Amino acid sequence: MLKIKRVPTVVSNYQKDESSDESVGCGRNCLGACCINGARLPLYACKKLEKSCAGEKPVAFLESLVLGEWEDRFQRGLFRYDVTACETKVIPGKYGFVAQLNEGRHLKKRPTEFRVDKVLQSFDGNKFNFTKVGQEELLFQFEAGEDGEVQFFPCMPLDAENSPSVIAINVSPIEYGHVLLIPRVLDCLPQRIDHKSLLLALHMATEAANPYFRLGYNSLGAFATINHLHFQAYYLAMPFPIEKAPSKKMITTASGVKISELLSYPVRSLLFEGGSSMHDLSDTVSDACVCLQNNNIPFNILIADCGRQIFLMPQCYAEKQALGEVSPEVLETQVNPAVWEISGHMVLKRKEDYEGASEENAWRLLAEASLSEERFKEVYALIFEAIGCSYQEEEVEGTIVEQDNPSGSVNQKSNRTTHGGPITNGTASECLVLQ
Amino acid sequence: MSITQSPASLFTAATEEKEGTFNNARCHSLWIREALDELPHSFTITDPFISGHPIVFASPGFLKMTGYSREEVIGRNGRAFQGPKTNRRSIMEIREAIREERPVQVSLLNYRKSGSPFWMLFHMIPVFGSDDGRVIHFVAVQVPISGQKLRNGSVSDVSGLSEMVLGSCRREVCLGSYVHQEERALPVECDEQELENWEHCEASESEKLKSAEAVSNVLATLTRYSEFAGRLVCGKRNCLRGSDYCLSSSLVISLGRIKHSFVLTNPCLPDMPIVYASDAFLTLTGYKRHEVLGQNCRFLSGVDTDSSVLYEMKECILKGKPCTVQILNYSNRKDKSTFWNLLHISPVRNASGKTAYFVGVQMEASCRDTESKDLRPETRQLSVVGAVRVAVRSSFMVTC
Repeated sequence: MLKIKRVPTVVSNYQKDESSDESVGCGRNCLGACCINGARLPLYACKKLEKSCAGEKPVAFLESLVLGEWEDRFQRGLFRYDVTACETKVIPGKYGFVAQLNEGRHLKKRPTEFRVDKVLQSFDGNKFNFTKVGQEELLFQFEAGEDGEVQFFPCMPLDAENSPSVIAINVSPIEYGHVLLIPRVLDCLPQRIDHKSLLLALHMATEAANPYFRLGYNSLGAFATINHLHFQAYYLAMPFPIEKAPSKKMITTASGVKISELLSYPVRSLLFEGGSSMHDLSDTVSDACVCLQNNNIPFNILIADCGRQIFLMPQCYAEKQALGEVSPEVLETQVNPAVWEISGHMVLKRKEDYEGASEENAWRLLAEASLSEERFKEVYALIFEAIGCSYQEEEVEGTIVEQDNPSGSVNQKSNRTTHGGPITNGTASECLVLQ
Repeated sequence: MSITQSPASLFTAATEEKEGTFNNARCHSLWIREALDELPHSFTITDPFISGHPIVFASPGFLKMTGYSREEVIGRNGRAFQGPKTNRRSIMEIREAIREERPVQVSLLNYRKSGSPFWMLFHMIPVFGSDDGRVIHFVAVQVPISGQKLRNGSVSDVSGLSEMVLGSCRREVCLGSYVHQEERALPVECDEQELENWEHCEASESEKLKSAEAVSNVLATLTRYSEFAGRLVCGKRNCLRGSDYCLSSSLVISLGRIKHSFVLTNPCLPDMPIVYASDAFLTLTGYKRHEVLGQNCRFLSGVDTDSSVLYEMKECILKGKPCTVQILNYSNRKDKSTFWNLLHISPVRNASGKTAYFVGVQMEASCRDTESKDLRPETRQLSVVGAVRVAVRSSFMVTC
């Protein structure tokens, strides 16, 4: 059984709620049955329809809500440290990896309390989970709305019947504004991707309408630290290296989702984008994740570009570490390659690592997490089978074949040129999603 | 739509100029526009110091190519011409070039007023003020591409000629002076749907040369006419990065997204002057931007302003702590009225982890009763602080 070395730390960061002396129950004002009666939070219900992404557009409502509530908790001292006091820089190089010197983070972070060699593990109410956090760590409820309009309710009761999803602060933030999206918090779901939850995460990315606000996910075994379903998100107003990596299209699914593989990036990853709707994109990625989960392959997800791009990164660092196959220099940095690190944002614990941070070092560290080329091929073959598409890698320069698809129109050239020969590669007529 | 003028712009309509120089600035602005109008190229000029980073000049070539009128273009951001099929990576490259204040050349799918898509080579450069080295404009040139479609974004070899689909974009080329050349290989009539599905459309060497030439011509014109206006510009930053009084254009662009009254002051400069003031601040206080930049905030206080409140603010600033005070301010609005300002002040750190600025967020007390559908005013005020923190921290991480 593989284990991560435990670091002694405080498990939860609660404070007595001075304002409500009448709080009964365990006294910690948590989300358990003991304290939840009378709990109230703002509720943000986003539009059903899809929005286009901004850029220099004014700060959107959701962004104001996140930042305003976060700053409130910041000034109230609810965080373990002031992340804006941590020095940060862009490492010179082609990709611009971002390094941060944060000596206190790993000392004050919650420990990992489960085995790291199994991607699917049941929820354990005895271990730390998000129903045990103090309510002051919660910022607001978030749901995919029913209407065409955004609806905001400044003070809505937390109703267990409605299975609320909440946004909470991350008390050990990587950057300013670091929050957690906890879908259906009271349902106590274990850390695993399901269709509804991923769609909610995508909604949040779209609503924030800021390409610098990304959501991330770590599966168990890929450095999730809490086995209670959650996504993370924060602002970093510059591109992540992974977003700059060139990509090569592999297939397009029947619902129009384009799947590419990243080229010249230390961690072999897939990029999902497009789709006739947000639902299509979300479902395709969920299907892929479920496949990985069922095959016990740890992975990370990055949702970028206001929800238009989703990176799926399978990894094997924990396994390598347990087998003693990671190089000692990399191990010494004590950096665990989770979603943010793989995306290119490295939080470094030792000053010497920060001072000496280079693109080569970052690359070398991340490369340890990557699947090998052969293993990656096996994995994406599994994924494509799961989502009902077939893919054949091109070996020779083929010729363009104009083919009519059943509907009679000639318009598949862009897919054709991807691979040699008349091979099924996800064109509309040939790619059926098997359900 | 009204655009607040930025002081360094070459296109100032002189509303902020002092009386004596009123006519001169007006003339210079006019001459620059006339000279630029003479150029045959399609190009736009934007101003990063105006909130929203809008277009402030569009050439006749651009208007012809896109089918818009001048009024429809001025004041809009360049993203207005992009669409759902525009490559996200290219959009990101442009955004980052702006943020890092450097040139970029990338193929881009744009859309005309009619909605029809076309590929063009987008070539953008920053234009620097000669005296302080700040970026004061971006110039963007658009050269239509009569394109070769690429496989997966990588360049095919020349030997595989039969593998390249050469699209003829005859319909899309309609610039005045641009002469379209028939492609030698089999021209395939590409319908517009087809164009949108192309992964990428590489510009030919001659098209790239055209864009470089156009950029050069526009810059030469700007340089020449800026000399007359007494505000020299150039294509290279030829002095040390702007003084602490001047924020980088990328920070200004980020701050411009925050639609609320606030100022940034620099505690490291003598008398802690204002180095940034939002449009909403100017509206609230009735002052012009050039009247407040470089000044300490005390000009907002007056006879009846409580000095103990001022003392409290000073103490917090010295200790580097946030504070909220209710302070009587004196506006420069037409009625010269006073107003109660619920002012929140907080230190803001940059990427080095040290305090670089103080942010002051103003809220007129009478506006406190907003409808319940909105954020609480206190939350709104704090959200401004948060947005400023993100902007300041990130802007200092740009590699030079």
